[in-house]
Formats: sequence, structure tokens, C-alpha cells
Amino acid sequence: MIPFAALVRKDLKLFFNDRRAVIVSLLVPILLASFFGYLFGGQGGNAETSKVSVLVIDQDESGISRGLIAQLGSDKNLDVKASTLEAAREAVRKGKATAAIVVPKDFGRDAGRALFTGSAKPELGVLYDPSHHMELGMVKGILSGAVMQSVSKEMFTGQSGRAMVNESLARVENDREISAEDRKALRDLLGSVKELYERQDEQRGREGASGQALSGGLSMPYQTREEAITSGENVEYNGYAHSFGGMGIQFILFMGLDTGIALLMLRQSGLWQRLRAAPLSRTVLLGSRAVSAALIAGFLLLVLFSFARIVFGVHIRGSFVGFVGVCAAFSLMTAAFGLMVAALGETVEATRGYSIMATLFMVMLGGAWVPTFVFPAWLRKLTVVVPTRWAMDGLDGMTWRGLGFSSAVAPIGVLLAFTLLFGVVAVMRFRWGTEG
Amino acid sequence: MTVVDSSAMLEVKGLTKRYGKLTAVSGVSFRADHGETIGLLGPNGAGKTTTVSIIAGLLNPDSGEVLIEGKQVKSDTDPVKRKIGLVPQDMALYDKLSARDNLTFFGALYSLTGAKARRSITDALDLVGLSDRAGDKVAAFSGGMKRRLNLAAALLHDPQILLLDEPTVGVDPQSRNAIFENLETLKKRGKTLIYTTHYMEEAERLCDRIVIIDHGKVVANDTLQGLHKLLPVTNVLAIELDHADGLKAEQVLALPEVKSAELLQNTLRVGVHDLSRDAPNILRWLTENGHSYHHVASEQPDLETVFLTLTGRRLRDSQ
Repeated sequence: MIPFAALVRKDLKLFFNDRRAVIVSLLVPILLASFFGYLFGGQGGNAETSKVSVLVIDQDESGISRGLIAQLGSDKNLDVKASTLEAAREAVRKGKATAAIVVPKDFGRDAGRALFTGSAKPELGVLYDPSHHMELGMVKGILSGAVMQSVSKEMFTGQSGRAMVNESLARVENDREISAEDRKALRDLLGSVKELYERQDEQRGREGASGQALSGGLSMPYQTREEAITSGENVEYNGYAHSFGGMGIQFILFMGLDTGIALLMLRQSGLWQRLRAAPLSRTVLLGSRAVSAALIAGFLLLVLFSFARIVFGVHIRGSFVGFVGVCAAFSLMTAAFGLMVAALGETVEATRGYSIMATLFMVMLGGAWVPTFVFPAWLRKLTVVVPTRWAMDGLDGMTWRGLGFSSAVAPIGVLLAFTLLFGVVAVMRFRWGTEG
Repeated sequence: MTVVDSSAMLEVKGLTKRYGKLTAVSGVSFRADHGETIGLLGPNGAGKTTTVSIIAGLLNPDSGEVLIEGKQVKSDTDPVKRKIGLVPQDMALYDKLSARDNLTFFGALYSLTGAKARRSITDALDLVGLSDRAGDKVAAFSGGMKRRLNLAAALLHDPQILLLDEPTVGVDPQSRNAIFENLETLKKRGKTLIYTTHYMEEAERLCDRIVIIDHGKVVANDTLQGLHKLLPVTNVLAIELDHADGLKAEQVLALPEVKSAELLQNTLRVGVHDLSRDAPNILRWLTENGHSYHHVASEQPDLETVFLTLTGRRLRDSQ
């Protein structure tokens, strides 16, 4: 036990003696986690997202087109500005605007006709930045609602609607291809609409105010009531909980990687000869390194989450024991990962290259950078074989989701299984001999 | 059945180690008694470090065995390993720790703790003259000081055998002298030293016996005097004549005692095999034949000459 403890103590001493390295290994993840946490919702979970920049080119200048632009401008998610076609195309190309909507000449007239008669639908041009295709979906959704509302409003209450009804009545009377029964039915329908217009005019004349019926045009027949499901009622989502977990995982994996590289370098040094010459078992030599790496990883997680709690109010809303268990299992997994790197590595340079790549893949697929829900379905399924995904799920579950210990069991179990796998590979593939 | 020599501290028997097609050592055998200093002399790549690594248990030989006081090292944790102290060729210290912390750590590897560890550390630091720098980080040490601390780290558990793999590489003459004084002290304390080097003067100064290794094989194993006897001449007489008129080297070479003769201006250099027996006869012959002289000196060939004679190559130029 004395040599084992001495080896662990020595590793910890070497780590903490290098104060600059300790500060950097804490400061960098804290800065990045703070930044990502702010981006992904911040402390209140309702931080205002930036508006989508949309340019509008009104070539119609009708009541409908003006109503449409006003409707778009009133949406809280859009930042709408008028523009010309050339300027809008240039702005989108340079990435200064996400999309530009071109309202063509006679759009109001054609849209009104299309609404009642099913004649050819006019086209709204949408120029968009292909790197913002996710926002494009949102813009098109808002645009549909706005068009329906502005066109129907004009058709049921405005001058264009009246002209359209009169024109349609005349066409019904003069069209010989329409049967007598159909003509009567259409005459009744359009006549009722005309009567509605006349009553609205009378009412407006009496009250000097606009009528109520359909004055706002057609609108969505429902509203949504949104409720964020977090660890409890009135507990807001804290984006920093996820980002500190993610960045903690990333930088602790890098620390594990450094441990492996350091072991690889140690093997080529006189120090390794001295260690191997002492009456120490291989278990003591590798085990002590794993324990010291796990302790350092645990320390880093502790400091990161303490900082997140004090500064950003990140709480362990779920099982504290589960949280500690996930942290401990992830720390052990990191240590075993480091040993495996040392065991499989040939030269320091090559090992550093491919293990950094492997680490970044693990971090990325584990959802440490962006949540896994943005991944395609097949990729989401694939990530269950990535240990960092389980660490992320475990930390999210124990922090902002507020889940109980039972939800930590699977992540802990999987992480320990990976620890075992990496550890066995490390022990089996470790080259103990020294070059002569 | 292994025959054990009970008087030997270390026995190396027929060690062979191959790396693929390269044979690093081939049938290397030698022994070291208690308190004896053995020099493993050979050029770089001769197989000295491989031999030391096998003795220290860092490498397993393909064949052959190593016995420490008659016992083989059977596992990583075999207590027999406690009898060995290794001073690796590369510096084996933690630069970011102080000298004392380094020694505390290396002592703990041999389960040394408490007062016993403190005593060992104090003794080791005293021996290498670094007591006043015990609290300083190793990073601040000179190359020579690091070499001395590297030696101290191997002494903490009081090993019987010290394996010193080129312990003076890259140090200044003053530090080299200091290390030699340390080693001479250890020798007086009865330690068995196995010292690898490619510096002949180091081997000549320190070693009781010298094992010359070349291309992984032992080409000679003897005391310094014994090695000299392998040479055609063991001494060279340098005689400065008053004048060399009429004297020819061939005349001198014709004398039965003379193994070589060379005349350069007024200096006659004569190679002999037994200085005390042969020198008077040669000097008498010169006097009787009218060749007076005013100064006589004798020179002994060094290990470089020995190596050259045995391998046909110079030690420092060998690959």
C-alpha cells in the first residue's frame, strides 16, 4: 500500500504543483461553458433569442401586400425591413439577412381570386441563405399565417374584396356555361357576402368604427400554452447545467488523454526504468495512475459544478448520490481511457493526433457541444455506444432534469462497463519492456 | 540443474536478447563478487544497456539467467529486487519536485517511510553533497547535480548491487570527479558496482575487473593487469639517447626481450612484455654498445589499445 499511495500522491503533487496548468484546465472549460450556457438558454431558460433578419420587397403596393408586411413585422421572431430586389439579393448572399420575401405585382388581386375561385396562385419569391435552412422553415410558417390573415381580411372587409364580389357576380350572370341551379346558388352566396359588406358600411357609418366580424381576417383557430418541464413547478431550465456538464466532460477527457500521453512519454524515460526496477506489481503501477487520474477528474468536476452553482445557480435537483456516482464513474472511465491510449500508442506524436480525434468524436457524439436531439435519428441511435452520451445524460438527469437515483443507475453502469473494457485493453496491450 | 556459486553477489549466465533479426546481446556471462566493481566497457550499441536492463529485471532475456546471491528474480515484486539499485543512463527524476520530495517518493517505492526514510534520505544527500539543496526543485539543478541526485535515488533502500548505466554522461569534469568520489566511498562500504561506460579512463580508475563487450558479445573479461597481458607488449620504454649515431631499430629488435622497436630522432621506443625483467637487459646492451642515454620512462598501454587489439577497431569510433 505504501508504494501505491506514494505513486498516487506523487501524481497529485505534480498536477497541483503546476499551478498555471491547473488554472488553465479550470479556466478554459469555465469560460466555454459560460458562453455555451448563455447561448443555450442561460440561467432563466428564457433568454431572448436573436430575431431572424428578413427583407421584404413590395412590388405590389396593394392593401394586401401592405397588410402582409405589417403582419410579418409584428411577429416577435422576425426583424423585417423593406428593401429592393438587388439590395436584398446582395444582403442574403453576404449573410447579412437570412431571407428576403418578394411580393410580386398584382399579388393582392391574384391571391384574392385564388382564395375564392381556385384560379392560378401567385408566387411569393423567397430568397434565402442556405446556411440558415432551419430558420427558413420558421420564416415560411410565419409567412403562411400572415398571408392567410392579410388576404382574408382584405377579401372580407376591404375594397378589393368588394370589387372581387361584384366582378364575380357579373361573371356568374354572364357565364352561359353555368347551369341555372349553380347560378342561383352562386348568386345567393355572393349576394350574401355583398349584403354583409353593405351592413358593415351602414354600421361603420353609424358608429364610425370598424365592424367586428372577420375584421382581422382568418387567423389560426388555436393558441399554445407552453410549459417547460424541468425538475419541478416554477423551476426554470438552466442552460448552464448542460453546458458545464458538457465542457467538464470534454476537458476531463482531454486530461485523461494527457495522462495517457504522459505515461507513453514516461515509458521512454529513465523514470520508467527506475519504477520497473522497484519491486512493484503491474497492477500497482497502472492502478495508481488510474486512481490519480480519476481523483484529478473528480476534482475538476467538483470545481466546475461549484462554480456553476455559485455564479449561475446550477443546482443538483435530482439525486445527489446519483450525481456523485455519475461523476465518479465518468472519472474512472476517463482514467481507463488514458491508460488505453498509453497502451495502444506507438509514438507520442501519432498517439496525440489520433487520440485527440477520438476524444473530439466522443465529445461531439456525446452531446457535449450541442444536444443530441439535433442529430439525425440514425446518429442519435448510434450515440448509445459512446460513453460520453451516458455521462451527459446522467449529469443532465441529476442536475436540471431533477431525476432520482434510479435514473443514474444506467449511466453509471454503462460508464463502469466502459471503464472495464478500456482497462482490460490497457492491461492486455501495455508494453512493459524497455528498449535496450 | 543450475550450479550456484555461493560467493558471487551477481552471476550473469549466457544472456541472449534479440529484437527481431538484431541480436542485442549474445551469450553474455560474467560474475561479480561482494564489494567488487565490474566495468562493462564497450562502444555505443554494444549491448551494455541491454545487459544492465536484464539484470535489473526491466527486460526478459530470450535465454540465460541472472542470479543475485544465487537467486533468480522470479516476478515483478520479488524481494530479491531490493538488493539492486539502478542508476539509469537517462535522468530519472521529477524536475518539478524538490530533491527531498524526489527521494521521499523513490524511498516509498521500497516501502521506506517515517524516520527510516528520513535517515536514508539524509545519508544519501550527504553522500552526494546535496544536503544544502534538499528543498530546491530539481529543475533548478545543474546537470552534474542532477546526476548526483540520480545516484542518490538509487541508494535509499541500501542495495547490495548498484547498476550504474553510464552515470557520468554529459557532466563536467568537476562533477565527474565528485561522482567518482561517491562511487569510491560506496566501494569502500562493500557495495558491488556494475559500471557501464565507454570511457576507458573511468574503467581504469574505478574497476577491479573489466568486461569488454562488442557487438553483444563478451570479448574479454579480466582485471586491468590481466587485460594488459593479452597485448603483445605490456610496457613501452622510452629512452632518450645522447646521440643515435650508428644505431638502428633493427639491432634493438633483434634482442630476445624486445617485442617492438622504433627510433625517432634521438628517442628509442622499445616494447617489452615484462618491464622489471627486460628493461635492465636492454639498457645494459645500449651502454655496452656505446649508446649512452640521459632519460628513461616507461608507458603502459591504455584500454583503448586493449580494445583496438581485441577488436581491430577504436572504441570511440565503433558503431
